[in-house]
Order: sequence, then C-alpha cells, then structure tokens
Amino acid sequence: MSAAVAWARRRASAADAWRRLRRDRLAMTALIVLVAFVVMALIAPLVSDRADFDAINTGGNPTNSSPSGQFVLGTDGLGRSMALQVMWGARISLLVGFSATVLMIVLGVVVGLAAGFFGGWIDAVLMRITDWFMVIPFLPLAIVLASVLERGVGTIVLVIGITSWPSTARLIRSQVLSIRERLYVDRARALGAGKGHIIGRHILPNVTPLILANTTLAVPIAILTETTLSFLGLGDPTQVSWGGLLERAGTTAVKAGYWWEYLPPGVGIVLVVLAFTIIGRAVEEVLDPRLRAR
Amino acid sequence: MSVLELHDLCVTYRTEGGKVPAVRGVNLTIEEGDTVGLAGESGCGKSTIAAAVLRLLPKGTRVTGKVLLNGEDVYSMKPGRLRAVRWTGAAIVFQGALHSLNPVRRVGLQIEEALRLHQTVPVGKMAARVDDLLERVGLPGAHASRYPHQMSGGQRQRVLIALALACDPQLLIADEPTTALDVMVQAQVLALLEELQRERGLSLLFITHDLSVLTHTCRRLAVMYAGRIVEEGLSAEVFARPEHPYTRALAAAFPTIGDTASRMNPQGLPGDPPDPSALPTGCPFHPRCDRAVDECATADVTLRPVADGAAAGWRAACVHVGVDRG
Amino acid sequence: MADPVLRAQHVQVRFDAGRVRAVDTVSLEVGRGEVVALVGESGCGKTTLIRSVVGLEPLAAGSVEVEGRPIGSSGKGRALRAVRRRVQMIFQDPTGALNPRHSIYEAVAEGLRIHKVKGDEAALVSDALAAAGLRPPERYLRRFPHELSGGQKQRVLIAAAMALQPALLLADEPVASLDASIRGEILALMRSYVERDGVSIVAVTHDLGLAWNIADRVAVMYLGRIVEVGPAEAVLRSPQHPYTRALLSVVPETGHLEQQILTGETPDPSKVPSGCRFHPRCPVVASGEAARLGIEDRCRGVDLELEVVAEGHEVACHAVSVRST
Repeated sequence: MSAAVAWARRRASAADAWRRLRRDRLAMTALIVLVAFVVMALIAPLVSDRADFDAINTGGNPTNSSPSGQFVLGTDGLGRSMALQVMWGARISLLVGFSATVLMIVLGVVVGLAAGFFGGWIDAVLMRITDWFMVIPFLPLAIVLASVLERGVGTIVLVIGITSWPSTARLIRSQVLSIRERLYVDRARALGAGKGHIIGRHILPNVTPLILANTTLAVPIAILTETTLSFLGLGDPTQVSWGGLLERAGTTAVKAGYWWEYLPPGVGIVLVVLAFTIIGRAVEEVLDPRLRAR
Repeated sequence: MSVLELHDLCVTYRTEGGKVPAVRGVNLTIEEGDTVGLAGESGCGKSTIAAAVLRLLPKGTRVTGKVLLNGEDVYSMKPGRLRAVRWTGAAIVFQGALHSLNPVRRVGLQIEEALRLHQTVPVGKMAARVDDLLERVGLPGAHASRYPHQMSGGQRQRVLIALALACDPQLLIADEPTTALDVMVQAQVLALLEELQRERGLSLLFITHDLSVLTHTCRRLAVMYAGRIVEEGLSAEVFARPEHPYTRALAAAFPTIGDTASRMNPQGLPGDPPDPSALPTGCPFHPRCDRAVDECATADVTLRPVADGAAAGWRAACVHVGVDRG
Repeated sequence: MADPVLRAQHVQVRFDAGRVRAVDTVSLEVGRGEVVALVGESGCGKTTLIRSVVGLEPLAAGSVEVEGRPIGSSGKGRALRAVRRRVQMIFQDPTGALNPRHSIYEAVAEGLRIHKVKGDEAALVSDALAAAGLRPPERYLRRFPHELSGGQKQRVLIAAAMALQPALLLADEPVASLDASIRGEILALMRSYVERDGVSIVAVTHDLGLAWNIADRVAVMYLGRIVEVGPAEAVLRSPQHPYTRALLSVVPETGHLEQQILTGETPDPSKVPSGCRFHPRCPVVASGEAARLGIEDRCRGVDLELEVVAEGHEVACHAVSVRST
C-alpha cells in the first residue's frame, strides 16, 4: 500500500515541478529550441540522402554560392548544400554531445559519490584512479584509443567520456564530503535511515545543482572536442558534424567572407549550449525550494 | 556631554521584497562613562542600531533622525572624518569572533593595522602597544604572534576587544559579544568588560538578547521590540519589576535557579517575534500579549513615565502603564 | 533503578584513532518519564555521549541499552532498527537539521517511512505537527524550512521525532539557538510530552536554567566524566562538586553564590590531567583548602569515581569525600 502511495506522491510532485517549469517562459523557449534541433537532426535522413553531398557526387552545383531559393543556406567550396550539411551535422554533434556528457556525468557522479560518501580506503583507491586519469594527457590518449579502436562516433564518445569524467568526480566528491557532514544527514541517521536512504534522499538531491551545472558545461565541451578530434583525423571522416563544418570554414571561408559556411553551424552550437544552460538553471530553480519565486 | 545621542532614529532597509522598517523612532542617550544595555530578540532592530551609529549599513538603506557622537552628527560627516571617528570615537565588538579576524594574519599584525590606520602610535612603539593591549584583555603578549585558529573562542573574543580598544574609543559597542561562548568563558569576558569600563571610564553600549546578562553589566537598560524601545530605566529596577509585558517575558525567560515559581514551569511567549516587514496594527506586541485589551489592537502607545521611577527616567510603552493597577 | 529506559554502562567514545577520550567511562540510567539534564562546558563530552546513544558515534567500550535491548554499533539489521525507533534526537540548530529541499510534510514523514510505520501517513504527520503546537497542521505541510521561524523549525523536528513514539528523546541544546521568548514555549512543549506520553528526555545543555525549568535530575560532566549527578533540586540548590558550584555561580541570576569565575580555557579532552581531572582549575586546590584538608596530593594524583553523598546524589570529589567522613 505504502509503495503505491509513495508512487502517487512522486508522480504528483513531478507533475507539480512540470507545472512550475512551464511557467518559466525563457526555459520553455529554450526547450522548444532544443527540441527543434533534435527534430531537425532526426528528420535529416528523411529529407535528403547522405550520398547527396559526397565530395565526388556534387555534379554541377555552384560552389560557394550565397543563400538563394535553391540553396537556403548557400553551398560550400565543393558545391554541397550547407542547409543539408547543417542538418546532418546536427546528428553527429548532438549525438556526441549528449552521449559523451551522459558517460562523463554518470562516471563522475558514481565515482565522486562513492568516494565522498564511503571515505576510507574506497575514497583513497577511487581518488588515485581519478588522479591517474586526470594526468593522462588528453591528445595522446585520444590518438591511441582512436587507432586501437574502430573509427567512428562511438570511439569519439568513449574518448571524450573517459578523459573528462575525473574533474566531475572530484567536484562531486568535495560537495558530497561537505553535505555528508550536514546536520540533516545526522538527523536522518538518528532517525534510523540506512545508507541508501541517505544517499537517495539527502546527498543526491543536494548535489543535483552541481550535476546540472556540470552537464550544461559538458555538452558544449563535448561538441567542441569532437571538432578537435575530427580535425586531427581521429573522427569518422565520412561523417559531417558542426565542428567539422566550422573547422573546414575556418581555413578559407572566413577569409573569403562566405558567412553562410560558418555562421549556421556556429549559431547552432551557441543555441544548443545556451538552451542547455537555461534549462539547467530553470530545472534547478524548480527543484530548489529556496530559489522558488513565491 | 553625552557620548552618544540618538534622536528619533529610523532605519529602513530596502530589500527585494520591499521596504523593511527595522528601527522605527528610537531615542537613546549614553552619558560619558555610562553603561547602557539594549535588549531584544532577533529582528527587533538592536543590531541595526549598532551599525547605524557608525554608518555601517548597506547602501540604499534609508536613515532618518539624528545620530550624535560627542555632539557631532555622524550622518553629515565627511568620509575622512567618518573614518577617523570609527574606531577612535566608537568601536564595535561583533559576535562571532572567528569571522571578524583575518585567518591568515597574525593577530598582533591585525591590531597593528588598526593602530597604523589611525596613526595614534609612533611606529617604534607599535609592538609595545600591541603587547600592552593584549595584556589588558588578559592575554599574554606572546599571543601577538599567533594566528586566529590557534586560539580558542574566548581568546579570539578577547583579541577583538583588544582590537576595539586599540584607538582608545570613548564608546564601545558590544553586539552580542558573548553569545557564541561557553558559560565560563562568557563570565570571563563579561568580567573583563566590566573591569575595562571601570578602569578607563569607557562608555558601553551592550547589545544582547539575554536580559539577565545586562542587569549585571549595565547601569541602564532599554528593551526593544519591533524596532522601538518599549521600556527603559535603571537595570536593577526594570529587571526586578518590569512594567511592559514583553520585558516581563524576557526577564522570566531565563529562570532564577532556586525560585520555586519557575521550577518545572518554563515561561515563554506564544508566537514568534514579528516580521519587521509586516507588523501588527496598534501595539505591535498585542498578538503575543497576555494583558492585551481591545484598545491594544488599534492604539499604538508611546513611552510613558512609570509612576514610581519617573525620576530615574523609567518609561514603558504600554496602555497599562500609569494606570492604577487593579 | 528498576526497568530503566536508558542504561549506559562504562561508555567510552574516542576520537583521533583513540588518542582523545571524548567520553571517558560514563554510566547513566534514565527512568521512564524522567527528564535528565546533562550539563557542562563545550568539549566536556555531553553531546558526544548522547550521539553515541543514538548510534551517531561508535562506542570504544561499554554498552548502551534502551528498554533492555542493546543499541549503537553493536547490533545489526531489523532488531537494531526496531530499537532505533525507540530513541529519537533533536538538535541545537533546527535550520541545519532540516533538509532545505524537503517540505515540512516530508521532514516529518521521513521517520515514518524509514520505520514503515503502519497507518495513514498523512494523518500521522498532521497529528504530530498539531501535537507540537503547529496548528492547523495543513498550514505547514507544504511549506519549506526557510519559510518558518527558528521556533517553528524546532517544533517540526520535535514533531518528527515524537511521531515515532520514542521511549527516549535526546535533546542537544534544544533552545540555545532560539530567541529568548520562544525558549520557554519549547521547553514547556518538551515537558508536555513527558506528562502525556511518558517519554524520557536527556537534554544536553550548558544552560542551568533549562535544568531548573524541566529536569528531574541533573548530571554535570567535566572532561568526559560525570562529576556530579543527583536530583535537580539537590544539585542546583546545594551543589557539592566545586565545578558545579562554579558553573552555578556564573549564571547571572543566581544571587546566593559568590561569583567564582574559573580561569583558563575550556578543558581539552586530548590532554586530561592526572588525578582528579578538574584539579588544575579547582578553586578548592587553588585556595589552599585542599592542602588544609590534607588531600592536595590525592587531588593531583589519584583519579576517583562517583561517591554517594545523599539519596541519589553522587559526587566525584576528594574534598567532598573527606568532609563527609
């Protein structure tokens, strides 16, 4: 019986949170922007064929033409449609950005939480491992991993995730160490609560703001890191990504003033990152009773 | 001459939620060498008064009325004069000795800093003066080379008192100086304050929520509620026979051990101290008052002389004051 | 004592890998419906002692039983949880003791859920709040700690503790952080649970007035030991131990004792003096009275235990022992 009651209560509080979130105009705008990008990425294969912009396949399209009726966002140096490339680029960029972030946050939170909460030898071992990953230079590891593993999006996600979780782990651990000493945790223990209850009801909810902040910061980093790796030829050369487009434009298009070649992917990255930041802040405001406007 | 005079002092904070009147018309005079206690609970405005005396209030706070330090209006002073007056005219000892000291500087240096800023002592005599100040508050001179974290709470509070005395102020404002301290250390610090006051003729404004502490340390007493003084007079008289129901409650809050009336009978007031931004109508105390009559909800009573103590300036703000007790 | 609610025997709690004895062999029994005030300066181990009773500090030695069943780090599993439910605690700082993200309802319901208390949760929470003086409870259920005053928060904590119907309530400085006018109401509330539900209370405090207000018995701690224990009237009206006398003398409102301010700082449990641990600050030693009684060597060199001086009144002091024989 009590489980059903608890579920009903949880559903009610989730509905309550959603209602409050919906009142935040800015957050809803950001959410719509984000959803629009995701939808755009998802429908890319429906509106065009990947093969349409293989370098060898461009036919007689005009090169570096500015936006027109035929090419909404113009074409690049090889005559490929920028609009289609931005759509397809969103697939890779968002996929890498989201997955790498999830990997990094999950690893970082689990390690940081365990180290901070249990302390003792668990903390010592986990922190040494974290230090070890922290001092590994990023690029050599990326190069090694990329050459050992199969080239592709999965590898890039893995490389970014593995190299970026230690800072999250350290951050979460220090926060957990501070929350673990709070009086309300003592009170829960005095009430007779077990470790699972304390982590789930007290520690985790109070590190949530940190996790959210970290997530909003991690998404752009992951998107940009993917660019770097693609540039170094460690990515999948057959795929288009926003970072890859920017990278290509950076060499010639910027000098030539072909703004339609670098502005759209750039604006895409900025909008996604901004949307994430705004949503993160709004969610935090909804979850933290102290920040709620009366 | 009076060391400190407050004339109809009003302080209104500006917050996101609107204007908050923290002090609403306070008149208070401290004669040279006198000791005055200001008692009240959180939010009653007592600490605001301490900050208002030295113009330490946050920007945007509205202050009306007059604050005269040795006859000089603090709120018309030029910045240079104000800096000189802070510390030489009046010094404050805050509560929470840990946060008022810089944790990464030796305490001796922190005292020297105050001396240097006010150029009261030639550089050559600085170290001797620091020694002298520390010894005066009961600490060995060698403690000058310690860091705050190497000292106990009581020792740090003594350092703060030494710091406040550095420039020989005429008025010492002590804002809950003993709240965070243990009973025995509290007794030590109170004894020190009394001794300093006696020896040096220091004027003292002592602010606390514990009325019983004031009766020993201060000759006169003012009790604040909701931004106003509701009773004032000689400590011994007010404490023994409080006129205002609020003073009575405060006096009864800390029982006299051995007094059978309070044995197994803790005395308190219902409700909470009022929110300064939403004060009740009439007498602000009436919702918590056990002697409230209909009139109290509408009529705001100002201080009235208490019949048998009028000569000593005993006054209270209650409709029952000055009326024959039935 | 027959059938005590709490029986702590030879309890030791150590910190810093055993080097610091915060609680050094303390035995204490609390009867049903009895209120015991545990008084002393900070660092005397009074808070550590009650934290060990509720299982927040591991025992280095000794045992703690609640209603005859062992508690603390010695037990495990469901049995431990059942005993845990019978001991609840409230804290000095009600703001810190409430999770800022939990509503008042959740704060009170937390213990009910942990112990899977049967019955209508919402009704139990409302009843607990109403009993703690938060009426009508509906006004408080959905609010959050930062929207309440300090006194109201302490009432919420008391409601949450008492909702589990404990046999023993441990109170760590329950009114020290509250406004003076609130103090009496909270103490009266605690006392009302004793009268109505027969709960026993151990209140840790440095405030002897609190002891006078609500306690049946008083135990005075110094550096990890109980140095005097007895009926509140006896201990507070005619204190025997020089430390108790000094503590009483500095309460601003005790007129009948000459003020006796002990010099020196609050004692440090990592450096316990030899002999009677109070002797370096003891006015009996300092004034030469101990020498006159011929016990100064004992004060400095011989550790001692509590001795009965009157019915239920025990004191650990060489001078008291010598005078009474």
